[in-house]
Formats: sequence, structure tokens, C-alpha cells
Amino acid sequence: MSILELKGLYKRYGPVAAVAGLDLSVASGSRTAIVGPSGCGKTTLLRLIAGFEIPDQGRITLGSEVLAGDAAAVPAYRRGIGVVAQDGALFPHLTIGDNIGFGMGGGDERRAERIVELAYIVGLDKVVLKRRPHELSGGQQQRVALARAMAMKPRLMLLDEPFSALDTALRASMRKAVAELLEEAGITTILVTHDQAEALSFASQVAVMRDGKFSQVGSPRDLYLRPKDRMIAEFLGDAIILPAKIADGFANSPLGRVAVDTRERRDVARIMLRPEQIGLKRTSREGMSGTPDMPFGEVTESEFAGSMCTIAVRLLNNADPPDAAAIGNTPLILRKPGMDAPAVGEIVRLTVSGKAHVFA
Amino acid sequence: MPSAVDLARSILPAGAGRRSRQRAAPWIVLAALLVSLVALVPLAFIIWIAVQTGWETVSALVFRPRVGELLVNTVLLVLIAVPITIVLSVALAWLTERSDLPGARVWAWLCVAPLAIPAFVHSYAWITMVPGLHGLGAGVLVSVIAYFPFLYLPVSAALRRLDPALEDAAAALGLGPGRVFARVVLPQLRLAICGGSLLVGLHLLAEYGLYVFIRFDTFTTAIVDQFQSTFNGPAANMLAGVLVSCCLVLLGLEVLLRGEERYARVGSGAARHQQRSRLGHATLPCLLLLAATALLSLGVPFVTIGRWLAAGGSGVWRLDEIGLALGQTLFLAAAGALLATVAAMPMAWISIRAPGPLQRLLEGCNYIVGSLPGVVIALALVTITVRVALPLYQTLFTILVAYALMFLPRALVSLRASIAQAPVELERAASSLGRPPLKALWSTTIRLSAPGAAAGMALVALGIMNELTATQMLAPNGTRTLAMAFWSYSGEIDYASAAPYALIMVAMSMPLTWLLYVQSKRMAGR
Repeated sequence: MSILELKGLYKRYGPVAAVAGLDLSVASGSRTAIVGPSGCGKTTLLRLIAGFEIPDQGRITLGSEVLAGDAAAVPAYRRGIGVVAQDGALFPHLTIGDNIGFGMGGGDERRAERIVELAYIVGLDKVVLKRRPHELSGGQQQRVALARAMAMKPRLMLLDEPFSALDTALRASMRKAVAELLEEAGITTILVTHDQAEALSFASQVAVMRDGKFSQVGSPRDLYLRPKDRMIAEFLGDAIILPAKIADGFANSPLGRVAVDTRERRDVARIMLRPEQIGLKRTSREGMSGTPDMPFGEVTESEFAGSMCTIAVRLLNNADPPDAAAIGNTPLILRKPGMDAPAVGEIVRLTVSGKAHVFA
Repeated sequence: MPSAVDLARSILPAGAGRRSRQRAAPWIVLAALLVSLVALVPLAFIIWIAVQTGWETVSALVFRPRVGELLVNTVLLVLIAVPITIVLSVALAWLTERSDLPGARVWAWLCVAPLAIPAFVHSYAWITMVPGLHGLGAGVLVSVIAYFPFLYLPVSAALRRLDPALEDAAAALGLGPGRVFARVVLPQLRLAICGGSLLVGLHLLAEYGLYVFIRFDTFTTAIVDQFQSTFNGPAANMLAGVLVSCCLVLLGLEVLLRGEERYARVGSGAARHQQRSRLGHATLPCLLLLAATALLSLGVPFVTIGRWLAAGGSGVWRLDEIGLALGQTLFLAAAGALLATVAAMPMAWISIRAPGPLQRLLEGCNYIVGSLPGVVIALALVTITVRVALPLYQTLFTILVAYALMFLPRALVSLRASIAQAPVELERAASSLGRPPLKALWSTTIRLSAPGAAAGMALVALGIMNELTATQMLAPNGTRTLAMAFWSYSGEIDYASAAPYALIMVAMSMPLTWLLYVQSKRMAGR
């Protein structure tokens, strides 16, 4: 059951269309991530939903209530939508406790109780309630902002790159904590981010945004393994894209015979593999003989970086791919555990696990 | 008369850009101590006189109906004028900064421009336009008109610096526009409002010429009257004592009200551009408010000056006399500015490069002395020179010392900001390249802070140009500055002859007012 519906949303700033015709449906209690490069209009979209901006065209519906549409709009303060901004936007003139209780009504005693309860939920110690925002670390400020937004029991929570100001280690744990927290509270959540890993790990539905439009919407797994085009593929992670000829569920490619995710038949196609689908087995020049249809390669570069090692592999024997010359000398860049990575000059046999994705 | 541009103090963050500490050279500390001791002389003098006079005489001089009357006048003036000024300037600042008012930039400049007009010229304009004007009502009217830019500037700068994300956050938490203003915007303006109000309050206490025109008695006018009739009798000194107490009460109040909170942006990242509110049907009344303010604060003085100039014809332009006054004014302004800047240098250097408890103490002293009315400093210097060093009485030296004491904080603020921008690493690099300490200081920090020092000198010079009270009491016989000439002509009701002097003072203050306006815009990142 969807709770939030966007229909044909447009927002222009002068000649620039920041949001150019968006449709989105968000299921009740779910987590959606909107991901895109900076300047793609994702923050504008969030501000439209929150009510800080009014769309030029289109309709926003939350539950059964029309928030914006037909030139009428419910102002932000009557929407009951929680917002956590990039840097928390805590009120510097109020204590942490007063920040959390800012949007609360009710008697003093009930209020104080609820503030302590919310602080506990987001994992803040009671002692920080007397402090001021600037005395808190970035992670704690985000927790306060979240507690403050949760205090008014929002139907929908908007997170605007809330983890980007945190350092890497903290970011992952905060993300997990916030996801669990909101799940438990049953609050529908939309996260806006430019970090694809964050989007993929946080949400049950991911929307990739570019130039004010959604290029693709789907589950994280779907988007990662079956992106619609090369741009989306590369935005969501490293991708190996190869020319191939496909038939009967298999592709004939520079990596030999690879299973693909379509049954159709095409003479000229592009397939995509994620680097982690490719395995390497050590062998030698002698080991290559007698197996002409197996793909072999030579390690040309190896960069050690602790746990992982980045390896460049140049393919040695191209069976007969359609336009082999085009990729012939471009090495594949793979990341392998640093422990047992092949060294420069070693010959390896390449194996593919899972299916390759065929671009339409 | 601490005047127009002490504003810098209320706009600039205190002790901006503190860097790593370093140990101050003893001679710099010594110099800073010496300057602070000299600065404390007027305050010490008031206390010394009170002690010397004895309690009975003091209480007889202080607890009398006349003092009560002056106290009521002064307190009422502050209590009525300051709140009106606050409401007016917050409204103007919001309209010019946060609404879609047509021509907001022009209006913003028109709200700052009255700074270029000395307070006593405002009063002169009003009294010649409405001759019957007098008493508390008139005092409040002209004070608000003359001093509202002191509050407008810091408040509008603070409004521009506010992070709009906070207002968005409050709206998302269910607060309507009115409550967002009251609960989020206004509290964050508190620092600016407190600082600006203090400045306005101190000016109300210190101003002389403005209130003489409209026959409203305050402590300052009474002290000058007393001085003119009985020279430096204990009566004048005791009035000065009460006046100083009033100033200290204001300073204390401001510290109490300002609180300890931090109002800066929490978190990182660039603030989003602020959205301007739609005025809709309110546009016309809002425009009328701004137009009325501009008319009263700029229209009245300019029309009056123009009218008198037209009435006086070419006869009032006595060029030899004007030239002489201009020359003397410029000389006093330049010399005073130089002295104040040199005196401020050690203090400024210590406060940036070697902050500590001593520096905070010295800075606090300078702050209090800088808040003293010119008339108190002048009275103290008169008495001291007459009693202790008669040859120095009414000499160039004494008047320059008075100027330096009065305007030290202005020089200090500019110098401190510019030294903060000269990284200490450069000084160290120069030392490591073989320059002895003084030379290293000269070739790096002093060179780099020269523009700031120049700006500070210009601010001091502007203050001296429009100074009236201390100049009258301390300047060598025969001195006739622009302000003095203006004052004596208007005292003789020769308003036409006074007009050219008023015009010149305004014209010379304009560029600096513009500079201040631009600076406040830049500080808010635009």
C-alpha cells in the first residue's frame, strides 16, 4: 500500500528545471533512497515533499491528503513530515533537550518524559540534554536532529544526506542504527544521498536521479545487477562492460561463453559484469595450451592496499568477439583480497560466476 | 562623543581568528600595560575626586533634586528611545533582508546613510524646521532618527548570516511563520540587538549637541553647563561620576542579557540561500514605513541644509574661514588617528598572538574606557592638567591624548581583525630567515595589517572630525574645527552660516559610511 504519491512533478528555477516530471510511489513503512550526482535535483525534490518549495506542476499526495497540486499547497508546518537536514540544523540557542522538545505540545512533565524517551531511542545519554548543540559531535548532532523530527510522530521522514558530514566508520554504523530505528517505529522514510553504497544498503527501493528525472527505480539488487544503461551501471559501482554476441541465454564475449539474463538473440550487444563476478585462477603459459575457448589473462599491474589489492588483467586469447579490437588492449580492473593476489606477470585463468546483464 | 562607527565593534566578532599562542615579547606587554594605565586615568580620576571630596560633600552634590531630575530624564530617554529603536530597526532589517520589497538594496543603503550625518546636525535640522520642538518627546524622536542605523547594521548583518535550514526545520516541526520568527529568528538576533542597543544607549548618555538644540537636559549637557559656569568644580565632577555609573550599569545589563550562548552555525557545509517572504498586500504599507524613515532621517537634514544654503546664498561660503576650519579639523583628525592607532598596536598584537588572562583584563579596561562619554574624559584631563601639569592645559598634546583615549577601541577593533588575517607562520618564517624580532614583525605582520590599520585610522579620524564636547573643552585657544564653527554659528541662531559646515561634515563622512555598509555586507558573505 503506497502512502506517498508523486505525479508529474515539475519545479523550475529560471531556465533550469531542477525537477522535470517525476513520478514516484512509496510504500507505507518502507525505506526509499533517492540517489544521484550533486546538482541532479534530489534536494529540490525533497524540499518539494517537505513543503519548503511549491511545485510548478504536478501533485503530491500523502495518504489521502493532497499536499500540493492544482496551484494549492499545504504549508510545511501543517504537513507533519519530519526532516533531518544535512548538518542537523539544530537550534544553536536552545539546549539539546529543548531542541528535541521543540515541536512538542503538551504539559511540561509529559514533555520532559518524552524527551528523555526519545533521547534513549536514538541512543543519546541523558546528560547531553542540558548541553548546547555546538558541544556535541557530528554523530550526536544527527541523533538529536532525528529525535527532534521523531518527536512529532511524522507520517513520513525525509533524510537529506544526513550522514555525509560524518566520518566513514561512523557513517556506516549511524546508517544501520537509523534504518533499524525507523523500521521499528514504522515510519516511512525517504533518504536523499549522492553516495550509492549508502543508497543500496539503506533502502528497499532505490531511485536513481539525473537531470531532474528518475532514470531507474527498483530494488537495490535489481538496480545493481540489472541497470538500464551504462551510466546507471557505473554510477552504482565498478562495471566491466564488454561487447558480445548473444543467443540461447549465453553470450559469446572476450571472456568466453558467459550466461546472460535474457533468452533473446542478438548479434551485437553489450553485456555488463560486476568485477566481483570474475574469479582468477593461477596458471602458466603452458597451462593455456589445449583450452582455446577458455579466457586467460596476464596481470599487468598490481596495487597493494592492505586487505584489498587492485589488479589489472590484460586478456590474452580473444576467441572471436564481434568487435574485439575495441577492447583488445583495455585491461580489466579487478579487486581481489590482498592475501593471495597474483603478482605482475603471472598468467591467470578467468572464471565468471552468475549471469551477465545485457543492456537493452 | 563616541560616535558613528563604534559599530564595527558590535558587528565584528570579538577576538576573531585566534591562532596558536606565542609568548609576547616583554616590551610589547609593557607598552600595552602603559597604554591601558593611561586609559584608566579618567576613571581613576573620578574615584580619586570622590574620595578627596569626602562623603558629605559627595552626598550633598549627588542626592539633590537637580540630579534626580537629570536621572529621570536620562533613564526615561533610554527606556523609551532604545525599545522604539529596536522595533524599528528589526522591522527595517527584516524588510530589506528577508522580504520581496521592491528596491530592497537601495532601501538598505538608505537605512545606513543617516550614519553620515552627525547627531547634532540632525537636531539642527529638526529645530529649524519645527522651532517649537523640545523636551522628552523631541529627544526621543531625534535620538531614534539619528541612532537607529547603529542597530539596523548589526541586526541586518545577523539576519543575513542566519541559516535558513533552521527556519525550515522549525516549519517541518509544525511552527507557522509567526512562531518561527518568534522562536527561531528573534532569539538568534539577540546578540546583535544587545550589542546595538548598548551602542545606542551609550550614545544617548554621551551626546551633547543633539539635546542642547531641543533643550532637553541630560547628564552630559548638565556637566558641560556646569563646566562652563564653574569650570571644574566638584559639582561637575560628581555629575560625571553619576554619568559613569549609568554607563557601567548599561555595560553590565548588556553582559547579563547577552548570555553565553553561541549563535554561530552548527555543523558544516555552505548555508542555503535564504528565501524572501512575499509581502503581497502588505507591500505598500511596508514601502511607506521605509519611505517615512528615509524622509525623516535623510530628507529632513538634507532639505534643511539645502534651504539654509539657498537662503544664505554665496555669502555664507566664507572660504578663508571654512578653509582654516577644514585644515585644522583634518590636522587634528590625522594626528589623533595616528596616535590612537599606534597606541592600539601592542594591545591588538597581544590579543591575537598571545591571548591570556592579562590580555583579557587589559582589553576589558579599554572596553570600559571606550564606553565613557567624551565629556567625562575631557573633564578628567582638564582637571589633571590644571592641577598637576598646568603647562599641558589646552595644548595640542592633551587634546590628542583625549582623542586617543576616546577612540582607542575603534582602532583596536580594526587592527585586531587585520592582524588576525596575517598568519603567525609568516612572522616565524621571517625569524628563521634571520630577521631579528622587531624586523620580522615589521616585514610581515605590520605590512600585512596595514590596510586594516588604515581603515581603523579612517574610523578614528571620522570620529574626531565630528567630535564637539571634548574639543571645546580641551583644544588650544584659537582652535576652530568644523564642528566647533558649526556649533558657534548655530548657537548664535545664524543657521545659514552653519549650513556649509554641516554639509562638509556630512560629505566627508559619506565615504566611510559607505565603507561600513559594504563591510557589513561582505562579512555576511555577500
